[in-house]
Amino acid sequence: MAVDLSPIDESLLATIANIHGMPKGAFNIRRDGQLVERHNSAYIEIETKKDNPGIDIRVKPGTKGETVFIPVIVTQSGLKDVVYNTFYIGDDCDIEIIAGCGIHNSSHAASEHDGIHSFHIGKNCRIKYIEKHYGEGEGTGARILNPTTDVYMDEDSYCEMEMVQLRGVTSTVRDTNAKIGARSKLVLTERLLTHDEQLAESNVVIELVGEDSSVQVISRSVAQDRSRQVFNPLVVGKAACRGHVQCDAIIMGDATVKSIPAIEAESPDAILMHEAAIGKIAGEQITKLMTLGLTEEEAEQEILDDFLS
Amino acid sequence: MLELKNLVFEVPVKEGSSETRRIIDDLSLSIPDDTFTVITGPNGGGKSTLAKIIMGIESPTSGRIILDGQDITDMSITERAKSGIGYGFQQPARFKGMKVKKLLEIAAGKKLPMLSCNEYLSKVGLCSADWLTREVDKNLSGGEVKRIEIATMLARDPKLAIYDEPEAGIDLWSFDRLTETFRSIHDAGNGRSIIIISHQERIIRLADSIVLLQDGKIKATGKPDEIMPELGLARRAASGPACALTEPTRLHITEIPTTC
Repeated sequence: MAVDLSPIDESLLATIANIHGMPKGAFNIRRDGQLVERHNSAYIEIETKKDNPGIDIRVKPGTKGETVFIPVIVTQSGLKDVVYNTFYIGDDCDIEIIAGCGIHNSSHAASEHDGIHSFHIGKNCRIKYIEKHYGEGEGTGARILNPTTDVYMDEDSYCEMEMVQLRGVTSTVRDTNAKIGARSKLVLTERLLTHDEQLAESNVVIELVGEDSSVQVISRSVAQDRSRQVFNPLVVGKAACRGHVQCDAIIMGDATVKSIPAIEAESPDAILMHEAAIGKIAGEQITKLMTLGLTEEEAEQEILDDFLS
Repeated sequence: MLELKNLVFEVPVKEGSSETRRIIDDLSLSIPDDTFTVITGPNGGGKSTLAKIIMGIESPTSGRIILDGQDITDMSITERAKSGIGYGFQQPARFKGMKVKKLLEIAAGKKLPMLSCNEYLSKVGLCSADWLTREVDKNLSGGEVKRIEIATMLARDPKLAIYDEPEAGIDLWSFDRLTETFRSIHDAGNGRSIIIISHQERIIRLADSIVLLQDGKIKATGKPDEIMPELGLARRAASGPACALTEPTRLHITEIPTTC
């Protein structure tokens, strides 16, 4: 990469955004609260916000087949980075957005990144958003990630959001809100792994406001060691709509998981459903994989990897 | 060759009780290479327990298990799997998020080309290529997950394959395919041995050797023609004293395409 990135920076970018070298098309790479490198494409324009720290990303109507990368890395211990990223996506777009944050903390002070993402999605779009969070470092300082994601979908659009916490995040409070217009569909998948003494809280509020709008909220998590997880997904049906919330957690060690999926119907034509399950890895699953030649430890890891895949 | 020597398996009569009940009672048996053995007998006779002891899922109270001259009695399940023993479960486990292709690859111990995966799956009547990307989770029916279990065994290709009631949950059409598959593995004559626990007459007829297990003991062994009369075939409508033979369960025949 042309810009000055350390091996740690490059490793973090590879982990959270699968970036090796300079990405193609539009991108904005932020490190320790500062812009590292930015590139616009013919159809996607990124500019610095005038009122708040952060960027506006404008995608021209009809943009198809493009990917925009906006990863953030934090390697400075003691830094609290708050950033506002706002997407304005025109009608008839079909694009992929790769976000994510990686923290490398090698000292005792806490490092924190709070990314506030807003998505204004036009009519008749297909959007895929992938966000990965990851923490590492030999320091004792906390690695804190508190993302807020606000989604406004116009009519006839489809949006898939995949939000993943890989590992190493000491504390996270995640707030996700969406308002979904007529005939639009949101598929929101959240996959979290917590370990040691980590804490993860996820609050999701999806409002189905348009006729024939729909949402699928899928939460899969693994809580290891003494970590704690709390899930509060809520789907509100305000029109003839369909909503489904599914929370699945694997609990291990002395972890605790609280899962409170909720549905609210404000229209008699809203069809809403929720389900939640928490359980440990079944002995028969381990046994089965051992009969295929895996050790007990390999079998357990395989089950967790697949569950979170 | 698999040799079972004076195997005993006891369980407490009740939890915490010191009094025990024998499930396998001083059982000795040899299974030569290149043979197809069916273990049959009444429910509760110890068939599944014996299969689990061979795989290492249960440990015998006493006795030894020898595979190709090596004592494997104290080996773990993993070590036995690596020594060439495979096990097809009667009620296979399901895995959220695991794709069928991944399970086949774990079984084979290597990456598999799509073509090989499709071949294994078509042998069990799962013909569509999109099966590879489906997850082995609760969305599959009992019959589907059972067929995937058998495909997994085909991908693993163990030296000694143990199937615990492979016909249970399999519809009639797939059952035909299944019996053909067992026959072809056997006819290949490449040192592979198969042990199948079954009540199914057509599987029993395929075998080189039948072991009739009752009350944890071998009541009789021999070729199908010799043992069939013992199995109460003539009395199959009634509840025969030795073994009530069953037809495979007719399941999911309408929902699974079986035209490949």
